[in-house]
Amino acid sequence: MTETVEHLRDFNYYKLNQNVTHVLAEYIWIDGTGERMRSKTKVYLTPITQISDLEWWTYDGSSTEQANTKWSEIYLKPVVYVKDPFRGDPHILVLCETYLPDKKTPARYNFRWIANEIMEKAKDFKPWFGIEQEYFLLKRTGTTHIWPLGWPTGGFPYPQGRYYCSIGERNNFGRALAEAHLRACLNAGIKIAGINAEVAPSQWEFQIGIAEGIEIGDHLWLARYILERLGEEFGIDINYDPKPILGDWNGSGAHTNYSDVKTRGEGGYKYIVEQLIPLLSNTHKEVLKLYGANNEKRLTGHHETSSYDQFSWGDGSRGGSIRVPVITKELGAGYLEDRRPAANIDPYLVSAVIVDVALLNSTYVNQLKQLLVQSAKPLA
Amino acid sequence: MTETIENLRDFNYYQLSKAVNNTIVLAEYIWIDGSGESLRSKTKVYQTQIKTLEDLEWWTYDGSSTDQAVTRFSEIYLKPVRVIKDPFRGDPHILVLCETYLPDKKTPARYNFRWIANQIMEKAKDHKPWFGIEQEYFLLKRTGTTHLWPLGWPTGGFPYTQGRYYCSIGERNNFGRALAEAHLRACLNAGIKIAGLNAEVAPSQWEFQIGIAEGIEIGDHMWLARYILERIGEEFGIDINYDPKPILGDWNGSGAHCNYSTLTTRSEGGYRYIVDKLMPILKENHLEMIKLYGQKNELRLTGRHETGKYDQFTWGDGSRGCSVRVPIITKEQGQGYFEDRRPAANIDPYLVSAALVDVTCLNGEHLKQLNSIFEDSLKPLGQQIFQQQKEQFQQQNQ
Repeated sequence: MTETVEHLRDFNYYKLNQNVTHVLAEYIWIDGTGERMRSKTKVYLTPITQISDLEWWTYDGSSTEQANTKWSEIYLKPVVYVKDPFRGDPHILVLCETYLPDKKTPARYNFRWIANEIMEKAKDFKPWFGIEQEYFLLKRTGTTHIWPLGWPTGGFPYPQGRYYCSIGERNNFGRALAEAHLRACLNAGIKIAGINAEVAPSQWEFQIGIAEGIEIGDHLWLARYILERLGEEFGIDINYDPKPILGDWNGSGAHTNYSDVKTRGEGGYKYIVEQLIPLLSNTHKEVLKLYGANNEKRLTGHHETSSYDQFSWGDGSRGGSIRVPVITKELGAGYLEDRRPAANIDPYLVSAVIVDVALLNSTYVNQLKQLLVQSAKPLA
Repeated sequence: MTETIENLRDFNYYQLSKAVNNTIVLAEYIWIDGSGESLRSKTKVYQTQIKTLEDLEWWTYDGSSTDQAVTRFSEIYLKPVRVIKDPFRGDPHILVLCETYLPDKKTPARYNFRWIANQIMEKAKDHKPWFGIEQEYFLLKRTGTTHLWPLGWPTGGFPYTQGRYYCSIGERNNFGRALAEAHLRACLNAGIKIAGLNAEVAPSQWEFQIGIAEGIEIGDHMWLARYILERIGEEFGIDINYDPKPILGDWNGSGAHCNYSTLTTRSEGGYRYIVDKLMPILKENHLEMIKLYGQKNELRLTGRHETGKYDQFTWGDGSRGCSVRVPIITKEQGQGYFEDRRPAANIDPYLVSAALVDVTCLNGEHLKQLNSIFEDSLKPLGQQIFQQQKEQFQQQNQ
C-alpha cells in the first residue's frame, strides 16, 4: 500500500558501504496459517560459512497465531540458508523450523521435522521431485477489493485458450514479475527449472526441481518467499488459492512429479503401472486431505483436473489424478505426475506422504493426517 | 511538503568535488531540543581533519528557538560527546552528538539528561551494565499539512485487523520496507550498533534493535539511530512517530522494550539473582520508575496488546503480558538478561538506562534526583529558568 509515495518500493534505495563487514541474516518461517511466511533480520558481526554458524533465535508466536500471550516464545532453528537475492552478497536468507521453548516440540504448522524423518528412512530409494507451482497475480484496489492483474475492474477478459505460454500485450500480464522471480531464485541458488504463463490470464507457473528428499520442501518454500517479496516491490499480490475465480477459469495446482530408483530402474514403467498406481489408488481418500485446503473446488473433473473423490490415471492424460508421461512409457522407466495437489499445499506434507505410500508402506499416513488436523485446530 | 517538486527529496542531488571532499569535513552537530523528543542539527564546516572528539569545538545555538531558553538569554552551548560517520554525506563527514549547556558551560540545559546518566554509568561501571533496546515506531503519511494517518491505511479508515502484519511479507501486509531497510543500512554504514529489524504487529509499525551497548553507549546510539531514521523519513516523505498509543482501539501501541543485564546476572546464579533480588527491587520502585518511562504511557500499558498494566508490576518467564519478561533462555542457562517491557517508544534512553542501573546497582540513590530533574524539564520555560539564566549572565559580566 505504498503506491503513492516515491521510492517506497525501492528496496535498494540506500546502499551498504563496501567496508561494512556485517552479514544480514533474514530468518524465515511458516506462520500459524500454514500458508504464509514471516521473516525478520538479524545482524551478524562475523562471516557465516556454514549452518552451524547461525544461532537459534526466538520470536513472538502470539503475533503469528502459534502461541498465546502468556507463553509466547517460539524458537527458530536454522535448517537451510541461501544467498539473499535482495540484499546481495554476503547476506543470506535462512529458512527455519519452529519449536516450542523445549526446543523439541514442533510449533503449529511445522511439518518439516517429520518429512525429514520420512526422507531419512527412505533415502536409499533416492526419491526425486519436481513441483510445478501455479499462482495468480492480483492487483488491489483500495485495501479490500482484489482482482487479477490486467482483468477489467469488476469484469472478465476473453475466455481461456489464448493465454497459455502467450506473448504480446493483449494476452500476457505480469511477465516482468515472473521473470524477476526466475532471476532472483537463480541468484539465490534455488533449484528453479523453468517458468511459463498459464492457462488463465494473469496466472503463472514456475517449476522447482529436480530436488531429492527434503530439498523439495525447502526450495519451494524459499521460492515462495522470494516471489512474495518481489510482489511487494511491484505492488502485486501473489495468490495460491486452488480456485480463486469461480466459473470457466482454471484453478491453481502444484503438480508433483515423482520418481525413485524403482521407477527409474529397469522395468520402471511396469512397476509404476502395476504396483505404484494401485498403492496410490488405495490411499487416495486418505492422502487427499493433505493435498490443500479447499481443493475440492478445484478438482471438478473440468479444466484439466480429475474429480475430487475419484482416483484415475492415464498415459499422457491430463484429466486424471495421475498422469504417466508418454516418455516414461516409451523409455520403459522414468517418473509420474501427481496432478492432485493444489497450489496452497505444504510441500513437506505432500512429498512426505508420497514417499511414505510408495516406499514405506504408508506407515506414516495416519500420523501426517493427525498432525495436520492438530495444526488446523484453533489455538487453545 | 516537497512531494510535488522533483529532486527536492534527493539529498545527494549535487555532489561535492573530490578536491573539496579531501580537505573539508562537514560536521553535523546534533542535540535534543526542548520537547525532549525531537532532535535538531546544524552543519559546521571544518577546514582541518577531524580525528578525535577533542578536534571538535564547543558551539552555540539559539535556544529560544528550540524551547530551551528565552530570547533575552538565548545562547545554549553544544558540547560534542560522540562522533560517527555521516551516512548521508559519506566519508569523511561526521555526525556529532552533543550535550546542551547554559552559558556557564556547567549547568545542563532543559532535557539534557546525559550528564547525570553518565555519572551513574561511571559509578556503576564495574557492574558492566549491558543494554539492548527494541525501538518501535509508526510510519505516518501526511495529507495536506495537517491530517496524519499511518502509511498504507485507507484514508479516514482502517485496514484488516492485526494478526497478519508481524514480520509479514507481501504487498497486502507489509508497508514501508524500503524505508526500514534504508535505515538499517545507513546505521550500519555510520557504525551504529544496530542488531536487527522487523515489521511489527500493527500495520505500518516497525522495530529496530540497538545493542549490545554498555553504559552510556545505549543512549548515544539510540538517539543517533533516531536521528538517522528521521532524516531518512524526510527523503521518503514519511513521518516517524514514537507515540506510545498513536491510534486508539484494537491497535498496538509503540514501546521501547529494554533488555538489560549486569555482570551479576550474567554469572553463575544469575537467574536466581534476577528472580529473588532484582524483581522485588523493581516492584518496589515501580511507581517511581514508571514516571521516567515515557509520557502518556498509561494509554499504552493497558494489560492488553501484550503489555502489563500501568500501575501494577508483574513479571513472568517467557510471558509478554507483564511489566518484565524473563526470557526462557535465561532460566535454562541459569543466567543472562531480562526484558523490561514497560518503557514506551518516546522515552529518553538516557533516563531509562540510568534508572535501571541506579536501582539495580546503586541502591536507587539517584532515583529521586532523576525524577526531579525530569520534572524540572517538563515545567514550561518561565520565571525559574529566566532567573537562573539572568543570574549566570550577571555572574559572567562581573
